[in-house]
Amino acid sequence: MYRSNVLVCGGTGCTSSNSEQIIERLREEIKAKGLEKEVNVVRTGCFGLCALGPIMIVYPEGSFYSMVTPDDVPEIVEEHLLKGRIVTRLLYQETVVDDRTVKSLNHTPFYEKQMRIALRNCGVINPEVIDEYIAQDGYQALGKVLTEMTPQEVIDCILKSGLRGRGGAGFPTGRKWSFAAANQADQKYVCCNADEGDPGAFMDRSVLEGDPHSVIEAMAIAGYAIGATQGYIYIRAEYPIAVQRLKIAIGQAREYGLLGKNIFDSGFDFDIDIRLGAGAFVCGEETALMTSIEGKRGEPRVRPPFPAVKGLFGKPTVLNNVETYANIPQIILKGPEWFSSIGTEKSKGTKVFALGGKIKHTGLVEVPMGTTLREIVEEIGGGVPNGHTFKAAQTGGPSGGCIPAEHLDVPIDYDNLIAIGSMMGSGGLIVMDDTTCMVDIAKFFLEFTVDESCGKCTPCRVGTRRLLEILEKITSGNGTLEDIDRLEKLCHYIKENALCGLGQTAPNPVLSTLRYFRDEYIAHVTDKVCPAGACKALTNYYILEDQCRGCTLCARNCPVGAISGTVKKPHVIDRSKCIKCGACMEKCRFGAIVKK
Amino acid sequence: MQKRISNLPFQGTKEQEEKLHAVIAKHKGEQGAVMPVLHEAQEIYGYLPVEVQTMVADGLGVPLEEVFGVSTFYSQFSLTPKGKYNISVCLGTACYVKGAAAVLDRVSQILGIQPEECTQDGLFSLTACRCVGACGLAPVMTVNDDVYGRLAPEEVDGILAKYQA
Repeated sequence: MYRSNVLVCGGTGCTSSNSEQIIERLREEIKAKGLEKEVNVVRTGCFGLCALGPIMIVYPEGSFYSMVTPDDVPEIVEEHLLKGRIVTRLLYQETVVDDRTVKSLNHTPFYEKQMRIALRNCGVINPEVIDEYIAQDGYQALGKVLTEMTPQEVIDCILKSGLRGRGGAGFPTGRKWSFAAANQADQKYVCCNADEGDPGAFMDRSVLEGDPHSVIEAMAIAGYAIGATQGYIYIRAEYPIAVQRLKIAIGQAREYGLLGKNIFDSGFDFDIDIRLGAGAFVCGEETALMTSIEGKRGEPRVRPPFPAVKGLFGKPTVLNNVETYANIPQIILKGPEWFSSIGTEKSKGTKVFALGGKIKHTGLVEVPMGTTLREIVEEIGGGVPNGHTFKAAQTGGPSGGCIPAEHLDVPIDYDNLIAIGSMMGSGGLIVMDDTTCMVDIAKFFLEFTVDESCGKCTPCRVGTRRLLEILEKITSGNGTLEDIDRLEKLCHYIKENALCGLGQTAPNPVLSTLRYFRDEYIAHVTDKVCPAGACKALTNYYILEDQCRGCTLCARNCPVGAISGTVKKPHVIDRSKCIKCGACMEKCRFGAIVKK
Repeated sequence: MQKRISNLPFQGTKEQEEKLHAVIAKHKGEQGAVMPVLHEAQEIYGYLPVEVQTMVADGLGVPLEEVFGVSTFYSQFSLTPKGKYNISVCLGTACYVKGAAAVLDRVSQILGIQPEECTQDGLFSLTACRCVGACGLAPVMTVNDDVYGRLAPEEVDGILAKYQA
C-alpha cells in the first residue's frame, strides 16, 4: 500500500513535451529520499487537457500540476511528497480557490461538463498493467457475456442501447452486429478501425494509449456476438506509443487467458492480431481498410456486398471504430437503459471531441450528446485566445464542414450536424478565428483529398483536382463569379457520383463554406481581397510612415532583405522582394506594420 | 499521392540482405504478408528502392508489380532515401490553422529543399506529414523522434542548428 500515488501523463502530447524525463527524474528523486516504498509513480494515458502538458496529479490530495518541467521535480518531491506541502506555483490555477485550498479537478470549467464513458480509464490507470484495468471492473463484461448471455442477447443489448458508430457515419452498431451474426460462414472476423486518418483528431489514439484493454475486451464481446474467432486491429504506424501499448495489452490478455482458447471455460475462442497501416486516409473507409489488411493497395470496393456479408478475406466481418468499442463493456455492465438515458433522442451516449486550433484549452473532451457547441468552445474550451473572435468550428475533418457562430447553440448530435451542413466525423473539432480565411481552409482540405484520393473512380480522382484548381485560382486573385458557380455545380456532381465515402464527402468543406461564408468567396473574386488576410497573393504588408520610429528591427528580421531605411527614419518594404512571411509585423513593437 | 523515385545507386549490404530474407521467411505463407514485410524492409534499409522491392517480390512469390503497387500507394513507404535527420512538419488541420505552413516554408528555405527531398550532404530530409496526433501542441514538427511543439517559424533556425553541429 502506497501513501501517495503520482500519476504522470504518458499520452503523446505530454510525452512530446518530456513527460518521460519527468518520470525518470521522479523515480530518481524518490529513491534518493528513500520514499520508494511509500510513493508510487504511475505512467497513465491522456488526462485530456493537452494544452497544459506535461501533467502530473498527486493523490490522495488530487493536486493537479501543469506544465511541469524535469527541473521542477526535486521541488515537488522535497516539498509535497516528503514534507506534505503542495507546490502551489505549479498547480493548474483553475483548481486553486485561494492560496490554501485546492478544489477538485472535476469542478474546473474544463472537466465539469464532461462525462467520461469511453475515456473513463484514461489518465486513471496504468495502461501497461492489466490488473489495474481488472480492478476497474475490466473484463467483467466479457465474463458476463460468456457465462450469462446468448449471442442474441448481446446483440439485443447493444441494439437497445442505441449506440451508433463513432467513426463518422453513425450507423447503429447493434444492427451491424446482427447482420454479421445472421450470415453463416466457416470463418468470420471482427475488425477495429484505429486508422485515425482525420487530421486534427486524436481520440482513438488516446483511448488506445490510455485504456487498450477496453478495446480488446469489446472486440472479444463482438466476436462472441457474431460468431467470430479472429480479430484484427488496423492501426496507423504513425502511432508508435499506441501500437506498443496494444502489443503489451494483447500479450497480457493472452497470458491471463482472456484471449486465446476456451475463454472463461466457456468453449469460446478468440484472438487478436495487429496490422499496421501505412498512411492512407482512404483506409478509414471500411472496404478499403479490409483490402489493406489483405495486404493490397487500400482501394475501396463497391457495396453491396456489405462487409457483414463479404468482408475481410471474403468472410462476414464486423468493423467498428475504437471509440465505439470503448463504450461496449460499460453498456454490458450497466445495461442498455443506462446508456440510452444519456444523450438526445436519436444519438445516445457521449462523444469524445479533440479540441484544437484557436482555442485556449486544446485537448480531449467527452460530453453527452446534445451538448451545444457553445458549451464546448466557450465553457470547456475556454474560448478563443489572444483577443480574437470565434469565426467557425470545423467538424468531421476533410469530410465535414464549418459551423459558423450563428449555429453555436445547436445541440450536437449526428442528425443536427448533418442538417447544418457538417457531420460528426470521428470527432475532430478545430476552432477558427477571424484570422482564418474560409476559402483557404476549403483549399487546404481539397489539397488533402487530392493527395489522398486513391484514384479508383473518376469523379473523385479528377473531380477533386478540378475543385482544387478552381480554389487556387480564386485564392490567387484570378477567380471570377462564374468560377464560384462552377465550383458549386462540380461539388454536387462529385457527391452524387463518387464510389466511396471519401469522394462523396470530399466536397463538403467547399459546400459548407460556400453556404455560410459566400461573401468571402465573392470578396476574393470581385474585390480581389482576402478579408482574413490569409491568402498571400491578395495581401500586402505596409509600413505606416507616421507610426514607424525607424528602430530597424523589421529590416534586421526580414529574411529576404526587402525592407530598407535609415535609423530613426520611416522604413519601406520593397514589394517585389517581399515574400509576405509576416516576420516584420510580428517583430514591430509600435504596431507600424499592417497587412491589407 | 505522387511518389518520387530515387535514382541514387543502391548500396545495400550483405547483413541487410540477410535480415530481409529472415523477415521474408517469417511472414511467408501468411495472409496479406506484403505490407508487414515492406514495413520491416523499410526499417532495415531506411527506404524501399526497387532492388529491395524485387527481393520482397521474389521472396514472397508475388509479382513485383503488386509490391510496387502497394509501396507507391501508402505515404509511409518511401522510395527515396531519408537524411540522417528526417524532419517532418505536421500539416494536419490543427497545425495548419496555427500557422504550420509558415514553419514548413522556413525549413524549406533554410535547407534549400522541398518536401520529399533530401539535402546534398544527406544530413536532412523533409516531409510534410498529416497529423502526428499531438494537436494540443500545434504547430508541431518532428526531427527523427524528437518532437517540437508550439513552434514559431523563427525558432526553426535554432532547432536545425542543433543538428548541424
